[in-house]
Amino acid sequence: MKVCIDLMVAKIVRKPNLHSRVTDRLQAQHPVMNSAPPSSNWLLWLRNTAILGALAVGAFLGVAELLTPPVAELGSAPGLPKAQLEDIQRTAQAVNADFEKAWAQQQILPTAKTDDLTLVRRLSLALTGSIPSLQEIRMLESLKSADVPQWWLSHLLSDRRTSDYLAERLARVYVGIENGPFLMYRRRRLVDWLSDSIQQNRPYDQVARALIDSNGVWTTNPEVNFVTVTNQMNKKGPDEVKLAAKVSRAFLGVRIDCVQCHDGKLGSTWKQTDFHQLAAFFGQADFSLNGLRDDPKQNYKVRYLGKMEDEKVPAKVPWKPELLPSSGTPREKLATWVTAKENKAFARAMVNRMWALLFNRPLVAPVDEIPLEGPFPAGMELLADDFISHGYDMQRLIRVIVGTQAFQMSSQSSDPDHPVTVAAENAWAAFPVTRLRPEQMAGSVIQAASLSTIDAETHVLFRLKRDIDVTNFVKRYGDSGEDTFDDGGGTIPQRLLLMNGNMISNNTGNNPLINASTRIGMLSPDNATAVEAAYLSIFTRRPTPAEQSHFTGLLATSKSRSSRSIAMSDLYWTLMNATEFSWNH
Amino acid sequence: MNTSPCHSPSHLTRRSLLRGTGAAGISWLTPLADLLAVEAESAPIGKPARSVILLWLGGAASQLDTFDPHPETTIGGGVKTIPTAIKGVNFAAGLEQTASVMQDVSLIRSMVSKEGDHERAFYNIKTGYRPDPTLIHPSIGAIVCHELPEAKIEIPTHVSILPNQWPARGGFFGAQYDAFQMYDPKSPVPDVKARVDDKRLDRRMEGLAVVEQAFARGREPDMDQNKTLHQISMQRARNMMSSDQLKAFNVTDAPAKELNAYGDTPFGRGCFAAVRLIQAGVRCVEVTLNGWDTHANNFEGQATQVKILDAAYASLIRDLKKLNLLESTIVVCGGEFGRTPKINNVGGRDHWPHAFSMLVSGGGFAGGRVIGSTDPQGEKQEPEKPVLVEDLHATVQNLLGIDYSREVMTPVGRPMALSKGEPVKELQAHA
Repeated sequence: MKVCIDLMVAKIVRKPNLHSRVTDRLQAQHPVMNSAPPSSNWLLWLRNTAILGALAVGAFLGVAELLTPPVAELGSAPGLPKAQLEDIQRTAQAVNADFEKAWAQQQILPTAKTDDLTLVRRLSLALTGSIPSLQEIRMLESLKSADVPQWWLSHLLSDRRTSDYLAERLARVYVGIENGPFLMYRRRRLVDWLSDSIQQNRPYDQVARALIDSNGVWTTNPEVNFVTVTNQMNKKGPDEVKLAAKVSRAFLGVRIDCVQCHDGKLGSTWKQTDFHQLAAFFGQADFSLNGLRDDPKQNYKVRYLGKMEDEKVPAKVPWKPELLPSSGTPREKLATWVTAKENKAFARAMVNRMWALLFNRPLVAPVDEIPLEGPFPAGMELLADDFISHGYDMQRLIRVIVGTQAFQMSSQSSDPDHPVTVAAENAWAAFPVTRLRPEQMAGSVIQAASLSTIDAETHVLFRLKRDIDVTNFVKRYGDSGEDTFDDGGGTIPQRLLLMNGNMISNNTGNNPLINASTRIGMLSPDNATAVEAAYLSIFTRRPTPAEQSHFTGLLATSKSRSSRSIAMSDLYWTLMNATEFSWNH
Repeated sequence: MNTSPCHSPSHLTRRSLLRGTGAAGISWLTPLADLLAVEAESAPIGKPARSVILLWLGGAASQLDTFDPHPETTIGGGVKTIPTAIKGVNFAAGLEQTASVMQDVSLIRSMVSKEGDHERAFYNIKTGYRPDPTLIHPSIGAIVCHELPEAKIEIPTHVSILPNQWPARGGFFGAQYDAFQMYDPKSPVPDVKARVDDKRLDRRMEGLAVVEQAFARGREPDMDQNKTLHQISMQRARNMMSSDQLKAFNVTDAPAKELNAYGDTPFGRGCFAAVRLIQAGVRCVEVTLNGWDTHANNFEGQATQVKILDAAYASLIRDLKKLNLLESTIVVCGGEFGRTPKINNVGGRDHWPHAFSMLVSGGGFAGGRVIGSTDPQGEKQEPEKPVLVEDLHATVQNLLGIDYSREVMTPVGRPMALSKGEPVKELQAHA
């Protein structure tokens, strides 16, 4: 499927291509280039002109190719067989019934289903960390498919942006955001390995197993970085305590590390021994010339609260000991126990996290503290059972959650007299309005400023610039660090960054080669079309009549090209500074 | 312009006096700072403190190589000592300037934490609580801003200069109480200057009102106030952009002599800016000096950081005193924990939360006192007269006139005291 960029702005009047337009303008600005030589040494002058001209054209063509690919191509999405889709829908409907029961009990009326473009926006934000491009929106609107969001989901699940983004989100859970000990840790390799695993839809239990029990060198076996990141400068071998905390939180949704120093309080039944016995599974992990391995001579010792001396701690699991195999290295045994089908905490932890990735809010909060014995909220057990019975298929889990009523409903009430309440949001009877993460904000600013999609096909230099811009923006906006899902409100520094920061200024200023705001202003046949294109680029929706009227009126007062560019820049700034842009809905 | 509601002769006297002494930064005083300085000057003895400066020695300073040396012992590591203004109390060499201001400072040598991991310990030392999976506690600065709101100030009242990975947070009081983060004050405060003229900014804001109206339809009427804080924080950001008080962030116009006294380092400039911010009415400023995590080459590493700390800390105390701000400003200085008496095989000291040192000064803290002591042989883990982290928090809040035991309802429905500690009466000037 091919979509012409110029047509995206509105199947506008066909204009001369960008190259010739800019060349014309350059010529108009430098008429001397076409005039006769001013002196007798015209051969020298001609040579210099030719060299400079060649350089200028070369640079321009390079930039044009880099930044404005004239035609985009999107392959058809690899859909699932009908039977599989129906099976997924059946599970989603069962989840819906579970929620409906809860809503009836609480006497909450759910909101109506939202429109397709809003679903497309939610999916793009959740799976790629960015809003859809105008190019993608135009393409989706030209589709004949009856179910646009479903088509878009299939497309995204095969898109490298999705696996890269989800890999980064999961890496934050597994190893945090720090660079760790350089000699024994390569975060980038781990993220790439996770991305490949997600792209190949590797069963999640295999991913978890590999992270826990792999051996070898951190450069050639990227999965061992899960363990090696905990190595401390002055400590021999990995840090058992950190690993036990990571395994229990990331893979089991249990914060057993709270009893590291003392037995559980405030109703917790965990004992200090539970935690350290779990840590003991990493007691033999050690480094050799061949990288990470288990050394049977090593063991884990700890001094319990109130005791005078360190004592050797046996490796024991805190629940369902019958699932622990009798053979294998301690880490192999632990990996088997963690991922055992009967150990449902493993499935629940991933269901909760995937739900959180898709909604920006977990089913059970905090995301890594799910009660072992319940009570569980509506949907949790059905989703966990489906995840287990379908071989820990992460893509299926995503499809099931996206297929639920909870994901597809509006975040707004259609009845202004009965607006959405906090209780309705908390019961998933309205799509929750949640703050976008810093990297989602940065990715969205950059994408909205470009008419075409920024993805793996985008020129490497542009992607490099994008990565640098995102890093700088996230640092200023406030990196939320590990993958937490807090609902904090906006802050003054964030508003200052959006109002006056370099990224917004650079991406919305007058720049006919790069910035969408200027290009839309230049290419649109009329003001209403320009406003609509800006709304689609930034909000993934069309303006309301009041919005259309306000901004069309503003553009109408801009007669010259430069004042029109300023008005478009103001429109872009306004939309990017709105609550709607910073909050997922 | 002087907007002070009061024009009594005593104020004129004070201004004249301050001008006469050439006190730092007076020339840039804003009207509000004027007013606050007047209030501070006229504060009766025992009046609660108004603001807090926290100097974090990130990575954990070694008490044995700074404020609690044990020379000529196996754990001392060959430390050389110097006398201080407190009779019989010695510091490690390198802290000469700090030693000279100790008549205004008290030293706790028996701080006890239960956290030995940097992140958890920082959480603990900043909030007075240990990490809890169910909620995030507010940092001391957030508590001060929450309990003692200051309506007159247009710049953030909670500021973190040179923050590390764990800047002070608003916790369950909300992100609006998070510290405003800034880096080396020699660079201008980022993003506070509008990119367009007022006319265009007004046009943008008019458009924004139209867009916000569309988004609010069908949603909770108080969503901005109760949840997103988007428009509220935008208004506050705009107030800040046009505020005269922004000058307080700028250290580049300071006389070189005054600034250089703090040392030509980011931390030194951070401490200088902290004084100016407090003078402008900011409630809490934290300044972080990282680089103390000396698991290897401890003595070299500590000495490097001591040099940076010494000039900055002593200058800060001197200037606060000179500006009559020390009585109303609490200054706390220390790491998240201490370092081991035992020296490891790469010449380093590891984490030691069992007994470490902290300097406290101003705002009702007594000067010239020393609390607690540690075992010179390093064999006994527990110090004499232990001061728990939560007790330090309770003392600070108590001196600020905050009812530290007051319980507030947290978002998880659990009542939580502002501090679960008890004030250390020995540290207070007027117990």
